[in-house]
Amino acid sequence: MQNKEMKSLSESVMKLFRKQIFIPIAALLVLAVFNLITDPSFFKITLGYNSVGDPVLSGYLMTILDYGSELAILAIGMTLVTAATGGQDISVGAGIAIAGSVVLRVLCGTDSRPETLQAPIIVAFLISCVVAMLFGAFNGALVAYFKIQPMVATLILFTAGRSIAAWINNNELPIISDPTFSYFGGFIPGIPVPTPFFIAVACMVIIALVLKFTTLGLYTQSVGINESSSRLNGLNPAFIKFITFVILGLCVAVAGLIKVSRLSSINYSVIAKDIEMDAILAVALGGNALSGGKFNMTASILGAYVIQFLTTTLYKFNVQSDALSAYKAVVVIVLVVLSTPVVREFLSGLGKKIKAMIHVKEVG
Amino acid sequence: MNRIKDKFKNITDTNLLLLITVVVFFAMYIGAILFQGKGFLKPQTFFNILNANASLIILACGLSLVMITGGIDISVGGVTALVSMCCAVYLDYKGGNVFVSMLIALAIGLAFGIVQGFLVAYLDIQPFIVTLAGMFFARGMTTIVNTNPFNVANENFVALKETRITVPGFGSVNKLGNYVPAYIEIGVVVALLTVIILFCVLRWTKLGRSFYAVGGNSQSALMLGINVKRTKFLSHLICGLLAGIGGFVYFLHVGSGSASHASGMEMNAIASSIIGGTMLTGGVGNIIGTFFGVLSLSTIQNIVSSAGLDQAWWTGITIAAMLCLFLVIQSVVMARKQKTEK
Repeated sequence: MQNKEMKSLSESVMKLFRKQIFIPIAALLVLAVFNLITDPSFFKITLGYNSVGDPVLSGYLMTILDYGSELAILAIGMTLVTAATGGQDISVGAGIAIAGSVVLRVLCGTDSRPETLQAPIIVAFLISCVVAMLFGAFNGALVAYFKIQPMVATLILFTAGRSIAAWINNNELPIISDPTFSYFGGFIPGIPVPTPFFIAVACMVIIALVLKFTTLGLYTQSVGINESSSRLNGLNPAFIKFITFVILGLCVAVAGLIKVSRLSSINYSVIAKDIEMDAILAVALGGNALSGGKFNMTASILGAYVIQFLTTTLYKFNVQSDALSAYKAVVVIVLVVLSTPVVREFLSGLGKKIKAMIHVKEVG
Repeated sequence: MNRIKDKFKNITDTNLLLLITVVVFFAMYIGAILFQGKGFLKPQTFFNILNANASLIILACGLSLVMITGGIDISVGGVTALVSMCCAVYLDYKGGNVFVSMLIALAIGLAFGIVQGFLVAYLDIQPFIVTLAGMFFARGMTTIVNTNPFNVANENFVALKETRITVPGFGSVNKLGNYVPAYIEIGVVVALLTVIILFCVLRWTKLGRSFYAVGGNSQSALMLGINVKRTKFLSHLICGLLAGIGGFVYFLHVGSGSASHASGMEMNAIASSIIGGTMLTGGVGNIIGTFFGVLSLSTIQNIVSSAGLDQAWWTGITIAAMLCLFLVIQSVVMARKQKTEK
């Protein structure tokens, strides 16, 4: 009787282990426990007032919620691209520079330091959406119709993107003094939770609805799993690949708005630097295969916040921002190595052995 | 007419892409001479392009090798930065000798090559992911080793850096009327040696041919009895080693260590390999083409800067445009190949 219970318990534990969302949750727990042991004040959230006198929540957790949001938005698009093409887009950082530059350009008009906004923010945002989607379409066309590997095709924009962003604004550094513009990356007066979080939630709701009520999720997965058989089943793989890049373009535009809103300005060579690495890492940490196929959107989004958790933890230990990439690279390699079939087989073999040993003990 | 057509049909992909590259380079250089004035007529202008890009040639050679085998390596720029920073710190703070710093450079390159090669070949991870992580790791490590950029004042090193080899038969008369012979730096000799050795290896040795076989079709290479995994591993190993050498040559040219050194160099190396006719899908490529690819790329940079458009963004945009153009050409060539096979 007891034996049976044990068995069902171990089975349910194994089931939990196999669930994809287990990976980011486990990583989150490890990080949380680590922080709890080293410094419990990590979890302290204080209600304070910012310079304008509005109530704001502050603390490390709020930072994670704030800065993780743009990463989560990017992870949505990156997951779709990864699932459909089996490759990643490495031009998202450059894309954010372009989208942000467009927003500032439209808002500023011809003057680089305008007293008032030259156009409504929503217009600027919509134009930047169109531009970012066009660049996404450019990447998508190279991948889908010219059959170039995604990472190499996006290398073109990776190289040129920041230059294009500088060119859009004639290499000037526009500064927006209007306070309403800074709401998107900061706080709306009266609401103590950072706005990017709400934007990210809105994006998550939209993508959840899209995945629920359209065939986008099904089609991207089937194209990622087997392109030629989905073609034989009447899908158009090239178009589906193309559309995932356009969606990523939209995500990039949203993230770009948040990024420029934080500073009310732009620095072409620094804005969203190395964010492509974080976005790819979020997808990998979500347990999605980087070679395409099935995906789990929730896990990816959770992965994005875990990455930000890691970044914030590293910052707390006074790691320089330029040196962060070395630590993250190690995390990527460990994750990818763990997910390879060779290592997985080895691990599951090890698990079986331990199980057998326990069994022997029980019988003995 | 028909015979020419037949000849064109029979030309292999490698040679067709090589032909396009060489033609593009000469067209560009002649165009530069015609439109940019006499600066490009001086032999020293050409040799300066070589001097400044010796490290890029070495890196691009390594990358071509990996790309021929069907992989890619984007960590070379990061390795270059790491190598120059480590050597600079060793030479300046520790006052070490130049020979040991060369060994350090080689060791760093080799370490990256071995780890990345192992992960790609034996654990079957996508090369782009592995080397992307390698690139970020190298860049991060560079900052960890030392944050501030600084110049190296080691005497032996500076002497080596200032060594100039005059090229007999080339030279120009300067404004004062004196004859100034054209010169090259030591790095150029290393780069040319690399090109020649790698070309011979790829053309005439069994190992060299197996790189092409694995890149072309790893399944059939396996059936032919080629050790596919070992070949892939070796390609990454050699690329890492060449990144180490290229890093030292770069260090020898600039003579300083900085975390921002060689930024975007991996992109330039990939771009020049692609322009040189190396196919990303593997199995097609030529080291001589890569050499001309680097020359084309740097000539375009020179044209851009001497045309007065020296804002940094123009270089990025022109390189990206060229990369895009050649990627599309490759894609068209692939389509042509599939058609003829049918």
